[in-house]
Amino acid sequence: MSLTDEQIERYSRHIILQQVGGAGQEKLLASKVLIIGAGGLGAPAGLYLAAAGVGTIGIVDGDNVDLSNLQRQIIHHTADVGAEKIRSAEAKILAINPETRVRTYKQWAKADNIREIIRDYDFVIDGTDNFAAKFLVNDACYFEKVPFSHAGILRFDGQLITVLPGETTCYRCIFGGPPPADAVPSCSQAGVLGVLAGVIGSLQATEAIKYLLGLGDLLTGALLTYDALSMDFRKVSLNRNPQCPLCGDDPKITELKDEQQILCDPKNCEC
Amino acid sequence: MNLVVNGKNTDISDSMTVTELLAKEDVKMPQMVSVELNGQILKRSEFETTRLKDDDKVEFLYYMGGGTCL
Repeated sequence: MSLTDEQIERYSRHIILQQVGGAGQEKLLASKVLIIGAGGLGAPAGLYLAAAGVGTIGIVDGDNVDLSNLQRQIIHHTADVGAEKIRSAEAKILAINPETRVRTYKQWAKADNIREIIRDYDFVIDGTDNFAAKFLVNDACYFEKVPFSHAGILRFDGQLITVLPGETTCYRCIFGGPPPADAVPSCSQAGVLGVLAGVIGSLQATEAIKYLLGLGDLLTGALLTYDALSMDFRKVSLNRNPQCPLCGDDPKITELKDEQQILCDPKNCEC
Repeated sequence: MNLVVNGKNTDISDSMTVTELLAKEDVKMPQMVSVELNGQILKRSEFETTRLKDDDKVEFLYYMGGGTCL
């Protein structure tokens, strides 16, 4: 594949980077990234990956755009309220970069559908918004051996880690499994500073591009935590956990299963 | 004695367990925290029985969803 004149101009700020160059840009154009969840994290990740020239972007989301999403899910605009998120996201990605191949999956990520989707991709962005889905993405990527960026945001804090399945610390190495249902401050309406999704989702896109180009040091074996109020970024080193139920010495999880989704109980809400 | 809790030096007068440190640090929902001690993740069942020593490095790692706390 060789770059057209238009591509050379469009991606000129990449191409002049010694570490990217024309060869790196061609690699991006030939790459496939899957975004699971076209929400707060997936929005900036999708937009930047499209702008960067990632050739194929997959989007998994079963939801429609809600007015309350717009405070942080910047891939969706006011006119999109009520539309399918996959369609809204696809339209913005193509508006930024019409040569992107967008594949859409109008479904919730579940144990019975996600592995076959993931296996077609080079890298996965976890942009899901609940623990059941986050563990599912972690496990599915482990079984399919597809690297991914995990991230979470809450109130004024965010965190992310890149996982090379079977090689580096995974989400279950750190947390084992979802928090006990009776302990969770059950509330789907926890606040989050909108721009936090932009910061963390953009970092996830950075990790995807670094992985695809083989650049620098990936955020593996360490959780990057961000506190917007104190403006502190901290990298917490985390070794692989020999007792990890998925990738440890004596794994308990040997096939993909859905974790139980924890339902909201507003009575106990402390968010 | 001195502990390093989430990267900050913290003086404590008496030896304490991880559970006691979680309370002292005012962690409201310890069930929503994973604890790393000197580079190793602790089992939840060990919070109660693990006694901290001088210069221990402790990290509280919080469960975070994606704008929800489910």
